[in-house]
Amino acid sequence: MRLAGGVLPKVCMCGTHILSLHPQRKEEQRVKISLSINGTQHEADIEPRFLLVHLIRDVIGLTGTHIGCETSICGACTVLLDGKPVKSCAVLAVQANGGQVTTIEGLAKDGQLHPMQEAFWECHGLQCGYCTPGMIMAACGLLKETPNPSEEEIRHGLEGNICRCTGYQHIVDAVKYAADKMVA
Amino acid sequence: MIPTNFEYFAPATIEEALQLLDQHGEDAKLLSGGQSLIPVLKLRLAAPTAIIDIGRIAALKQISVSGDTIRIGANATHADIARHAELKQHCPLLGETAAQIGDQQVRNRGTIGGSLTHADPAADWPAAILALDAEIVARSSQGERVIKATDFFVDVMTSAVQPNEIVTEIRVAKPAQPQAAVYLKVPQAASGFALVGVAAQLTLNNGKCEAASIGVTGLGPKAFRATTLEAALRGQALDDSTVSAAAAKADAETADALEDIHASGDYRRHLARVYAKRAVQAAAARA
Ligand SMILES: Cc1cc2nc3c(=O)[nH]c(=O)nc-3n(C[C@H](O)[C@H](O)[C@H](O)COP(=O)(O)OP(=O)(O)OC[C@H]3O[C@@H](n4cnc5c(N)ncnc54)[C@H](O)[C@@H]3O)c2cc1C
Ligand code: FES
Ligand code: FES
Repeated sequence: MRLAGGVLPKVCMCGTHILSLHPQRKEEQRVKISLSINGTQHEADIEPRFLLVHLIRDVIGLTGTHIGCETSICGACTVLLDGKPVKSCAVLAVQANGGQVTTIEGLAKDGQLHPMQEAFWECHGLQCGYCTPGMIMAACGLLKETPNPSEEEIRHGLEGNICRCTGYQHIVDAVKYAADKMVA
Repeated sequence: MIPTNFEYFAPATIEEALQLLDQHGEDAKLLSGGQSLIPVLKLRLAAPTAIIDIGRIAALKQISVSGDTIRIGANATHADIARHAELKQHCPLLGETAAQIGDQQVRNRGTIGGSLTHADPAADWPAAILALDAEIVARSSQGERVIKATDFFVDVMTSAVQPNEIVTEIRVAKPAQPQAAVYLKVPQAASGFALVGVAAQLTLNNGKCEAASIGVTGLGPKAFRATTLEAALRGQALDDSTVSAAAAKADAETADALEDIHASGDYRRHLARVYAKRAVQAAAARA
């Protein structure tokens, strides 16, 4: 392909995109952010396009937060941001600047499982375990809003989390078990 | 999946954000909750060179009820609106709609302003905003304009908001009978978006329908007011046959019904009629 005047355009590796027609991009910007993860303050120097889940897993090294779909559907990457469950693959790390993040690693205290973790254990709320960290964080967020949920409220509250193993019944049982324990 | 790189700005005020918009023109994108934009950036369906994060502007988050007017800041999240006690009292249709959007994680981040501007033809907010005859306030560096809900949705993923504008608030006049309202939807099983959604706000007087305002989403390329259906209800007693006959016209304003693997156009039309009938009856029962 030739542009007017017989000039050969500069194309990208795949050969189809004319680089000179791409919008001008600035040199990669880096942003300094500071946020608390499980009570510890972390500083990071990151590209703004970096997702929160990448910061948590690849920079901080907390791999309990899973990536399932990476398209904001499955909920495996759910963490609490300022106390509320969010999908960390649908949040830029820079958006969490100054915030407080809680991941699955932040739930147990002094070697004691959090009641929600204990409940998943007791009620067989997991099989392969891939969805479990996100499921537990979403369930914790649900109980903050609705401390004593009905089965319907539990199912509605966990709509954003997909499990391919359990059929959900034991997960619902686990959330009920944890709710009873936490209210008591 | 990582977006193409961009320059990031986090203005603290609306004025600062407008200045950045003017400076970067059409290469810039506003970011609020990111629940539509971040997936789009990750799939590289859009590759703006500048992202202006308006999520930190406190003035855009306010919700207030004063006199006859409800004002909702564009950055109020679906969850903020769902749990707001004063809104529950004065305009429960807002919270009922918000609570049916996506899932709790999406509701905790996604905002009403972002959803309206995104103008997804299957989004929930448009139905309620139309049924409430709301106004959307948009600001640019040139000043402010007020857009009526009926003028706001232009086409698939296209709203009346211009690239140099920020939606600042949504204004709703308190309905005369707040409780006489409902939002019913048929969610698409995977995403939760509406195959069809119907929002109804009624005014009843002595068992007769004085006014009906019905918004329909999911059916056509943009959400719309079902004006033929509304006219068929006006002044009528809402008995089963009247409501059935009126609801049969729920799709009259749509020339092209959406079609995809989840539902044919004919099925969506059918759903619109069935859900319009249910919505009118449910809203009347609550009055
Ligand atoms: C898994 C999932 C399920 C979902 N299910 C549903 C559902 O069932 N029903 C439904 O209705 N929606 C659903 N959504 C979409 C969700 O409601 C989004 O929150 C919403 O569409 C966008 O709001 P936002 O604040 O996240 O906007 P963003 O993603 O930040 O922005 C969206 C667009 O609006 C522009 N914009 C944002 N704010 C402003 C402003 N103040 N002024 C001008 N332009 C602005 C942005 O530039 C961008 O183009 C779902 C999303 C996900 C990820
Ligand atoms: S990995 Fe984030 S929602 Fe699936
Ligand atoms: S336990 Fe395997 S995905 Fe949920």
